[in-house]
Amino acid sequence: MSALTPKGNSTRKRILQIVGFGAFRAITGFVVAVLFGILFFIFHEGLPAMTWKFITSNPENGMTEGGIFPAIVGTGCLVLGSMLFAFPIGVMSGIWLNEYLKDGYLKRFINMMTNNLAGVPSVVFGLFGMALFVNQLKFGDSILAGSLTLGLLALPVIIRTTEEALKSVDDSYRIASLALGASQWQTVSKVVLPVAFPNIFTGLILSIGRVSGETAPILFTVAAYFLPKLPHSIFDQVMALPYHLYVISTSGTDIEKSRVIAYGTALVLICIVLASNILAGFIRRYYTKKNKT
Amino acid sequence: MAKLETKGVDLYYGDNHALKNISMQIDANTVTALIGPSGCGKSTYLRLFNRMNDLIPSARIEGEILLEDKDIYEKKFPIDILRREVGMVFQKPNPFPKTIYENVAYGLRVNGIKDKKFIDERVETSLKQATLWEEVKDKLRKSAMELSGGQQQRLCIARALAIQPSVVLMDEPTSALDPLSTHKIEELIFLLKDNYTIVIVTHNMQQAARVSNKTAFFYLGELIEYDDTNTIFTKPAKTMTQNYITGRFG
Repeated sequence: MSALTPKGNSTRKRILQIVGFGAFRAITGFVVAVLFGILFFIFHEGLPAMTWKFITSNPENGMTEGGIFPAIVGTGCLVLGSMLFAFPIGVMSGIWLNEYLKDGYLKRFINMMTNNLAGVPSVVFGLFGMALFVNQLKFGDSILAGSLTLGLLALPVIIRTTEEALKSVDDSYRIASLALGASQWQTVSKVVLPVAFPNIFTGLILSIGRVSGETAPILFTVAAYFLPKLPHSIFDQVMALPYHLYVISTSGTDIEKSRVIAYGTALVLICIVLASNILAGFIRRYYTKKNKT
Repeated sequence: MAKLETKGVDLYYGDNHALKNISMQIDANTVTALIGPSGCGKSTYLRLFNRMNDLIPSARIEGEILLEDKDIYEKKFPIDILRREVGMVFQKPNPFPKTIYENVAYGLRVNGIKDKKFIDERVETSLKQATLWEEVKDKLRKSAMELSGGQQQRLCIARALAIQPSVVLMDEPTSALDPLSTHKIEELIFLLKDNYTIVIVTHNMQQAARVSNKTAFFYLGELIEYDDTNTIFTKPAKTMTQNYITGRFG
């Protein structure tokens, strides 16, 4: 036996390892259990409400009966609107930051500001959206104002994921392209972006999940308490799932009677978020495999 | 007239004096090997000729670098024209994650060529020149990532040849390859030298001796000796060169 190894040391190491990893495993298990607990609870309470009628009809009888169709459509409009605004702007900013802007004070300053923006509470975005879009620009309570507000909220996340996606593209591609006489923009658009696109797209889908569940930003900018008809233009108000959930569980006409509908709404909302996350995972895996072969 | 020439070139990376007063002439249609220990400046010297050092913000260059007697660092020499004339092959095979065909066609497309028949011809000719055609002619639409490392490197050579450069710079093109693939690339260099001016950086003494007409030995940013490959490897003028090629340091 080596003179370097005191007797009993290896046993102690092994026990320490078992205890250490045992504790980590237990803590991880606890987190997962809480998560599943929440999911199970929502599914258990919400599933009874889940009927075709619930998804496709208007709320009735003071929102204690009927469905949540207008809220689903409203959330769909807001998600679409906010992404139409935030995705192009976010991706373009990310490209500029990562591919063109040289390292220096300006870049560090902009990065710091995007990080700060990502940390601003969503209710502050709501207030800002109301002040700027609803009042100053006179869009009123509308899909336009709500979408722009939600878009602002999603912007830092999209910029960040775009930057990260571009950063992970091997520099040897850029160098090979430039060495063939390509311009920087040709290099970015023909080589770098196609490689980075799956990750950028994943970022987009994840922010859809985030945006569809936000309540505070739409509170003062678009959400309607009760509006059982579909919007005709981007200047209309709409109902939205998270706000509807908030309304019928805190200030509805009969909170006890609306309980099932509230859980049903929560279930729909969670399903949208889960579905977008799972879709993002699939897309990433599909393209990673495709790029490798 | 020399094909490539540097006159008293100094290059600094910040405070690091990486190339010291290098003057050297490279003739057309020859293979010139740049040898020397790691960090001696030979790759930096190679990258002068297609201005790849421009990508490093801290690099500062003094002196003249000429392609056919024209200063390539002058404003009126557009960088994309220079890079069309001076192609490059890198250490690690770096094909784009595109099809084999698109890899070779890329240089033509970014230089504004749209004629499909012409591109088809250039792709075929370049792949033949790079001795890869027979292996890939039935799978041009397959991803370049499916090729072996040696095939990928020959694809990169075809990609560089497609835009019809007259100079090809090679930065340790075989250091990531197995002996058989290395042998194929060396044969290829031999075939290409009638029509191209090739400058190759290598760590492999035998490779320099096998493929090149002239050899330049760099050490700590200085050009120690530059002569016919035969002379360098049989009776070098400097003891330092002698020591390096016999493996006594480096």
